[in-house]
This record gives sequence, structure tokens and C-alpha cells, in this order.
Amino acid sequence: MPDQPKAVALISGGLDSMLAARVVMDQGVHVEGINFFTGFCVEGHTHAIRNRARARPKRNNALWVAEQLGIKLHIIDIIEEYKDVVINPKHGYGANLNPCLDCKCFMVRKAHEWMQKKGFDFIVTGEVVGQRPKSQRASTFPVIERESGAEDVLLRPLCARHRPATLPERMGWVDRESLPDFTGRSRKPQIALAKQLGFTEWSQPAGGCCFLTDASYSQKLSDLWTHRGSKNYELDDIMLLKVGRHIRPSDRFKLIVSRDEGEGRYLEGYRRRFDHLVMRSHPGPLTLIEGEADPDDVELAARIAARYGQGRNAERVEFDFVPKAGEPRGVSVRPLPVSEVDPAWLL
Amino acid sequence: MPETIEVDARHLLCPMPVIRCQAAAEDQPPGTRVVVLCTDPGALNDIPAWSRVHGHRVVETREEGDLITVVVEIQESAA
Ligand code: SF4
Repeated sequence: MPDQPKAVALISGGLDSMLAARVVMDQGVHVEGINFFTGFCVEGHTHAIRNRARARPKRNNALWVAEQLGIKLHIIDIIEEYKDVVINPKHGYGANLNPCLDCKCFMVRKAHEWMQKKGFDFIVTGEVVGQRPKSQRASTFPVIERESGAEDVLLRPLCARHRPATLPERMGWVDRESLPDFTGRSRKPQIALAKQLGFTEWSQPAGGCCFLTDASYSQKLSDLWTHRGSKNYELDDIMLLKVGRHIRPSDRFKLIVSRDEGEGRYLEGYRRRFDHLVMRSHPGPLTLIEGEADPDDVELAARIAARYGQGRNAERVEFDFVPKAGEPRGVSVRPLPVSEVDPAWLL
Repeated sequence: MPETIEVDARHLLCPMPVIRCQAAAEDQPPGTRVVVLCTDPGALNDIPAWSRVHGHRVVETREEGDLITVVVEIQESAA
């Protein structure tokens, strides 16, 4: 037996993984956290992009949880490898483009690799049997154990008593009888335990830990795949799906229109890679054009973009159209009346 | 003289600046300074939080226009 057993806990930033780590720590186990960045994570940066003055405190919840627990947190970039999980999920998607079961298997597999590399003894997750309809069912638990390769070094302390004993329990590193025995969808036991342990604050993402559970985000991602002709993406693509209004008036192109100064500043960073429209006559958004827009398309794009600036009721709105390659030129348009905007354009 | 490592995380959104900082800090001896240049104001929160949980020390944070510089000094305690 190791002197002090060591566990790596998957920390999402939510309540369950915080509690799971804590109950294991309370049994004298050395715990360090691991958090995976897929590119789809719901994080403070979406606030950071929006106006700084209006943004709520920008904190990384996983780091915040680690601080509450007093443990180290290792944040791992899995952007590249995660693509295969999103693009080809063996177990399919949930209600939106969230491949939760494949995602869990993948993350536990990465944690297992980390554990072996660092000489840790077991893995802790905040999963609770029956908590989520697709990925946290009794039948999916063994799938995660098997497909991640972690097998019985994977401990879910919040519901371990409803499961066969794992290695850390059999070795006596963790006393099974002292663990909570949560099951099902109710959040009440977690909240009661949090209070009992002295936690006064925690974050609880409603849908899940990532943007893939969001219907509108998934619609934008599926639009991207449809118009690219293949299911693929780069980090910039999926970050841009979190920013601005996305408007597709044609199969040939879509617009990304900033909603405030903060987004405008963020989109500025992409000016060289996209044709774009800069509003000159009035205060207004920066608009990126993705795709191949011919001169008529540029005119339509400008008329739509004009709707989102202060000249929406003006006779004419002036823009600079700046192509990726070539010289900028002036474009003068009449803003598109609302009656001519097809609601289906708004992604 | 302890080494200074510069990390250019400009135009990357959180948590990428902290991931880059963590990668630069890995296995560095105490006293090493990691200078992270970034533009996402979230880093003003994340990098100090990351430093605290790992027992490192933030010795300076600077904001000049949109450019944010955070200097982290690697400490002994961080095994
Ligand atoms: S919500 Fe997102 S991060 Fe969480 S398990 Fe599902 S796919 Fe993975």
C-alpha cells in the first residue's frame, strides 16, 4: 500500500466533482485535480469577450474549486484529440451535439494516462448513478470503466456504495461505508452535503459542462459542418461560434456580427482571415463574412449589418468592405427593413 | 541567475493563457520567472488562481492598453 494513497480527481468546476474530491480528501487521500479544456467548455471567457465593464467576475470555476479544496489543479489542453470524440462519437449524441458518453470515456482515459505517468493510485469523478439520462445511468458506468481502460481504479465516491467495490475500496485506501450513497436526479443530497462540509458557494451549470449541450450552439456547429461539406473544425471555428450573431442569408456565406465593443475587439483579431465590413457612417458592429461572397452578396451583407448599428433607420449607411486579399472599397447601402429579414437566417 | 521564460498568449482566450503558463512552468527550478503576455482579462484572475493552487508567486501584473503581463515566480513547494 502506498504511504498516502494519491488520487486524481476530474474537476469540472461544478458541485459534484467538488464534493467527490472532498470526501476522498477527508479520508486522508492526497488529491490533485485535473480539468480538460476541449474548446467547448463554458468558461469565463465568454464573459471576457463581452464588454469588460458589464462582465461578471471572470473566474475559472475549476480553479476556483481547486482553491476551495486546497488542491493543485492541472488544466490539460485536449483540443486536438477531442475532435474525434465530437466528430465520430461511437455512442452518439445527446439531445444536442453533446457526445457525453464518449466524452466521459475519453476524459477518464486521459486521467488514467495522467495517473500512470504521475504515479497516482486511482481516479475520482463526481458521477452519480441516474443523475443524467444518457451518460450517468447504471448501464453506462461499466462502459466508461471498460472503454477508458481505467477499470476498477475509477472511484465515484458519491455513489460508490451502489456499485461493486473498486480497488481503492478493496485496498482500504477509502472506507466505502463512510462514503455518501447518492442516486438519481435529485440535487438535494449534494446541496445538503455541501452545506455540511461548510461550502457556501458553488457553480451549477444547468445543462452540462459544455456548449455542446446548448441547442443554439449545436445548430451553429451543424450549420458549419453542412456548409464546409465535412464534419471538421479548428479551435478558431468553435470559439467564433460562441461570439456574435451568426446570420446565414445564403449557402455561400454567413455573417458574424459583433454584439458589443468587447466582441468587436475579439473579432478584430480575425480581420486578416475574413472579408469584413467596417461601419463608417455610424457607430456599429464589426461584421465578418465567412464564405465566398460575390459583390451582390457583399451588398446584402452590408444591408443586414446596417440593421445592427445606430444607422438602422438612416437612409444610407456607409461601410468599408475589406477583402482578405485586395484593396478595401466603400459600400453604401440602405439598411434592410425588418420585413425582408428571413428569421431562418438567424442561426 | 534564474531563468526568465516568456509566454506569448496574446489573442488566446482563457483558459489557454493559463495552460501555456502551466506548460512553461513544468519542471522549472524555483526562482524561474514565467512572463505571460496576454490580452484576455480573464487571465488576471486565472493565472494568479493557478499560481496560488500550485504554491507559485505572482510577482507582477501589468496592464498597458489591451496588453496584460503577468509574471509568475516558480516556488520550491510546488512539486
Ligand atoms: S456536457 Fe460536454 S463536457 Fe460534459 S460530458 Fe457532455 S460532452 Fe462532455
